[in-house]
Amino acid sequence: MKFAVVVFPGSNCDHDTEYVARTVLGQDVELIWHKDSSLKGADAVILPGGFAHGDYLRTGAIARFSPIMQEVSKFAAAGGPVLGICNGFQVLLEAGLLPGAMLRNRSLKFRCEFLHVGVEQTDTPFTMACRPGQRLRIPIAHGDGNYYAEPEVVAQLERNRQVVFRYVSASGEVSDEANPNGSVNNIAGICNEARNVVGLMPHPERACELAVGSADGLAVFESILKWGRESFDGDTLTMATAPAVLNK
Amino acid sequence: MQARVFVTLKPSVFDPQGTTVAEALHTLGYATVRDVRQGKYFELEIDATSADEARRLAAEAADRLLSNPVIESYRIEVTS
Repeated sequence: MKFAVVVFPGSNCDHDTEYVARTVLGQDVELIWHKDSSLKGADAVILPGGFAHGDYLRTGAIARFSPIMQEVSKFAAAGGPVLGICNGFQVLLEAGLLPGAMLRNRSLKFRCEFLHVGVEQTDTPFTMACRPGQRLRIPIAHGDGNYYAEPEVVAQLERNRQVVFRYVSASGEVSDEANPNGSVNNIAGICNEARNVVGLMPHPERACELAVGSADGLAVFESILKWGRESFDGDTLTMATAPAVLNK
Repeated sequence: MQARVFVTLKPSVFDPQGTTVAEALHTLGYATVRDVRQGKYFELEIDATSADEARRLAAEAADRLLSNPVIESYRIEVTS
């Protein structure tokens, strides 16, 4: 599989993500500058963490206008898997590829620590290899991760099973204590209605080897490979089959 | 012409920064400050032939970039 990792000025998890795709998973990966206008034949696109454009104005507010984002939107509309991690999630929200917005953490503190998220949906390209309810111990590192959406939008997300990841305690309870930033309903990650675009605040790419404290994040990347295997028809990735794979 | 754009969080959206500023003011003894909402302020210098034209352009800029309609609303003042 070929991964594209988009690089904005201020991205700082681009190389971590590249490392996981290339060195841990042995896949092809290309870093793509935000001013490029081609995803260069990638099968999966990742918007990495960082501080695109210094988080000026609002997180992701300026990055959404980068030329590459038009290609990301087209790729997503065609059913291609797009993952936004942390700042990448914020960019997807600003770009309207996912609903809602991010507010400053309720504590006003930049939180950087390992925590637990529960995987609630396993029919996305980024969670297919997870067990329903599986808990991942992965880190967060953000100051603006307080997910907000109008109550009707939140209700719709819950109804459509679009809440993919939720902050939970070590024993799996969804509690206020387990919520690091004030996100509504402990939401850590969501998907779009078509389920091929996923955004999450925690960093799975920072937890893919035991040497760094946890390898739980691998489940997200192994899911992409599983999605790829099940979507490939011979040597050709047929985007048209992607939704069918997810609905199996 | 100058358009001033005031962007604030919608009333329904919790403002952790404003709340913290209010608490700090209370610590300083300003007990009569009931609430604080923090926002953003922009001054746009615009080449426009009329105030209406400047206002239209500022509104477009606010809709597309300066504010996020999910959480924020804005108000515009135009001065020549």
